[in-house]
Amino acid sequence: MSRENALVTADWVEEHLDDPSIVLVEVDEDTTSYDKGHIRGAIKLDWTTDLQDQVRRDFVNKEQFEALLSDRGVSNDHTVVLYGGNNNWFAAYAYWYFKLYGHQDVKLLDGGRKKWELDSRQLTDDVPTREKTSYTATEQDKSIRAFRDEVVAAIGTQNLVDVRSPDEYAGRLLAPAHLPQEQAQRAGHIPTAASVPWSKAANDDGTFRSDDELRTIYSDAGVDWDKDTIAYCRIGERSSHTWFVLKELLGQQNVKNYDGSWTEYGSLVGVPVALGDEPGQAEGQGA
Amino acid sequence: MCGATEGGLSLDGVDVKKEAIIQGQVLRSGEPVGNAYVRLLDRTGEFTAEVPTSATGHFRFFAGPGDWTLRTLAPKAEPVDTTVTAATGAVQEVAVSVAS
Repeated sequence: MSRENALVTADWVEEHLDDPSIVLVEVDEDTTSYDKGHIRGAIKLDWTTDLQDQVRRDFVNKEQFEALLSDRGVSNDHTVVLYGGNNNWFAAYAYWYFKLYGHQDVKLLDGGRKKWELDSRQLTDDVPTREKTSYTATEQDKSIRAFRDEVVAAIGTQNLVDVRSPDEYAGRLLAPAHLPQEQAQRAGHIPTAASVPWSKAANDDGTFRSDDELRTIYSDAGVDWDKDTIAYCRIGERSSHTWFVLKELLGQQNVKNYDGSWTEYGSLVGVPVALGDEPGQAEGQGA
Repeated sequence: MCGATEGGLSLDGVDVKKEAIIQGQVLRSGEPVGNAYVRLLDRTGEFTAEVPTSATGHFRFFAGPGDWTLRTLAPKAEPVDTTVTAATGAVQEVAVSVAS
């Protein structure tokens, strides 16, 4: 993967608005954003209903994902271009999700909805109708999804990258500051995890920094490029953004997103937790 | 509306005693800006959160106690930085003016 394959500019999207081989998809944390205006021709995916199992905490299964995309008129041959608010957090999450189920050609709109709006580009209320398709997904690609046991095993051996804000990492906040802070789980971070807030990878307008800048940011934070990497945040959406940077922009091998993230890890019984601004050590190492 | 505040955003369902709230409105020549983005930066300047403004130009953060900077981005305007101090149990109201 590389920047040229994984990322498109707002100008590129404007030039391809009428290209039938492309499906624009908006995914937002605020699932009403699309209804207040979206890029012409874009369809909406709701991450809370379309992409989550409605009973247990997990994703929709292969058959449900196939039914979803078939119903929305996305075929296996389409180039799917994702964008959204929150600097593409949930669009990056959907990108990772499409990759998890084996979609070949997925791209992110650089800067997402914010860049589009700040550029004063056109939004519409018109909801497109698309012909239904017969979509076929693959089994989940577990090489990009981490589960809790591998995360615990990775302490002190792999790169763990905590992409939440410094105050969440240190345990001073439990959630991003646009959300209420009352939470059940403990505060802090996974011992030995490097703190590289997702925002370091983006400019103020939401576009990604250059490859050279990105490499420097993660190297300076202690990421060892010769090791496998697991990224996590609170619920797995911001870490999808960082997974996208490491895997798709920089081409790093063996990068996983831990979608259980802090809301799972911080509720586990008996696992080590580090507080404060330092990574901390694996148990049994040092003082 | 019961629970409505000066800032215009309802605090219904929020336990204000436990939160350090920063909220306000983005204005251009006195008119609300509904398509702005407000970024919350911590005391070291590091990004902590971002929200788009509502149709009435309003925004809200659940920060921690301490010093914060709001960076407001709006179409056709330079970013505006505003410093604010939050305290647990209090609601800090901030008005941000962007260039017209």
